[in-house]
Amino acid sequence: MRSPRRSSAKASRGNRRGRTWVLPLFLLSPALALLLGIVAYPIARAIWLSFHRLEILRPDLTQYVALDNYRGLLQDPVIRIALQNSVVWVVGVVVFQCLGGLVGALILNRRFPGRAMVRGLALIPWATPSVLVALMWTWMLDGNYGLVNDLLVKAGILSRFQPWLAQPWSALPAVMLADVWQGIPFFAVMLLAALQAIPEDLFEAARIDGASPWRVFRHITLPLLLPTILITTMLRMIWTANYMDLIMIMTGGGPGYSSLTIPLHAYYMAYKRLDFGYGATIAIVQVAILAGAIVAYLRQLRSHEVMVQ
Amino acid sequence: MRRRSLRAAWGAVKLWVPLGAWLTFVLAPYVWMFITSIKPPTELYTKTVRYWPGQPTFEGYRLLMETTPFLIYMRNSGVVAISTCAVALVVAMAAAYCFSRIPFRGKGVLLFGFLVTQLFPSVLLVLPLFLIMRSLGILNTPPALILAHSTFAVPFSTWMLTGFFNAIPRELDEAATIDGCNRLQIFRYVLLPLSAPGVAAALTYIFIYSWNEFIYALTFTADLRARTLPVGLQTFMGEFIIRWDLLTAGGVITALPIVFFFMLVQRQLIAGLTAGAVKG
Repeated sequence: MRSPRRSSAKASRGNRRGRTWVLPLFLLSPALALLLGIVAYPIARAIWLSFHRLEILRPDLTQYVALDNYRGLLQDPVIRIALQNSVVWVVGVVVFQCLGGLVGALILNRRFPGRAMVRGLALIPWATPSVLVALMWTWMLDGNYGLVNDLLVKAGILSRFQPWLAQPWSALPAVMLADVWQGIPFFAVMLLAALQAIPEDLFEAARIDGASPWRVFRHITLPLLLPTILITTMLRMIWTANYMDLIMIMTGGGPGYSSLTIPLHAYYMAYKRLDFGYGATIAIVQVAILAGAIVAYLRQLRSHEVMVQ
Repeated sequence: MRRRSLRAAWGAVKLWVPLGAWLTFVLAPYVWMFITSIKPPTELYTKTVRYWPGQPTFEGYRLLMETTPFLIYMRNSGVVAISTCAVALVVAMAAAYCFSRIPFRGKGVLLFGFLVTQLFPSVLLVLPLFLIMRSLGILNTPPALILAHSTFAVPFSTWMLTGFFNAIPRELDEAATIDGCNRLQIFRYVLLPLSAPGVAAALTYIFIYSWNEFIYALTFTADLRARTLPVGLQTFMGEFIIRWDLLTAGGVITALPIVFFFMLVQRQLIAGLTAGAVKG
């Protein structure tokens, strides 16, 4: 299909190239069809939705409303709360996952019998369904019969049981705890792989020079881990910002709006208020904010020359 | 002599105490879920929390099977996950073979584009997809979920499989060509057997993804016809009287296939997972 356009100059090469397109196209077409149909087209449709007012039960009443949905966004009092919660959610979760993952990777990197088995076990939360994570932690954080309350009271840290998921100040942190639990293994495994790529002689040389374990960590391990830490952090930030399963199941964004994040707000606008146009608008703005944050993050990295590429 | 044994003991403490703490944190929720599931209701709601049931019982599991639609949810989940595995694996293998073995222009950009699709929030896609599925008339049927799950599992599976195929030397392809194999035969008799562990890992990833997936399953299903386990468990949690013994029993059963498959191929899965982010 492409060959006729370039056939004049390099007839034979153009022809061959035209033919070598056939096989890749054939092999890739199922994947491309799925991605275009189930990802690209819906994105276009979401943009279209954001300029329309949709009556979900009467599609014939769909109306073009120009920027009304975007204007509504500016006047939505809940958006500000959701945005704040989203920032707390993303930053808090990713920081603790990263620190926990680093500690975990350093522990798992030691030599001990049964290491492969332990490594597998340690990654299990990553493979656990979000519903199950929500279920286990809702039960452990229960205000009447929860294990966490029981242990904290027995340790003398709390004087009485707290309904962690039902009071505004603790609902979001409680869900964050569950998400940190689920996400630490992912960080740990990524960092462990990076740790194992560091040549052993570097550590040996430092030890021979009499460097303390802390200095070895500070001047050898950490700098060499940094690229992986930064990439994983970025992937995790994107993923965490979009992740709403846990909050939806554990608190439903409540009590009040105390644990509502942006994607959850978008979802509820569409399915509870049946305002698909406005829901899509929030989702698009979320993507725009996230994309902006990522570009800023990458630019920051480049200006500090942390990433060599 | 004594000093040496003391030092060894200290070394063991330094190793096993952090390791034990780490494993406790990771596994405690699972252990607690299991203990809860074998408690009789009378021991579940007591003033002081009991760490081990006085009379362990599997009554919760029996009640779960007999009084709730749990088995139907499980069947739906099985149908969706296995079909997704079949569809996504074939699609991803074809794409990965192409990325690994056939030179063509724009390969890097395309492979990158595959991964970028992973970054869009599900909430952005789920709203229009709901409308699309509705106009296709497949809302509340397994095909809606199979289609969605396959699509979202393909990019990462392709990425993983491309890595595993790339690890197989091209000289083997050439040798097979000289022996008179065509492309399909090379794939069937050279690449596939040699990358079997990688294929198993990709398959496990697809299965886990589909078995666990929540938002699309919640949005595209309305009743027993297509509801999967995660959505089923969530509706149990939303019911007015939460039966924690039944719920945790359901959780244990839901987790079993995941943990089993995961432990089976964890080595390859970890290799595939970390291949992209860690550059030596």
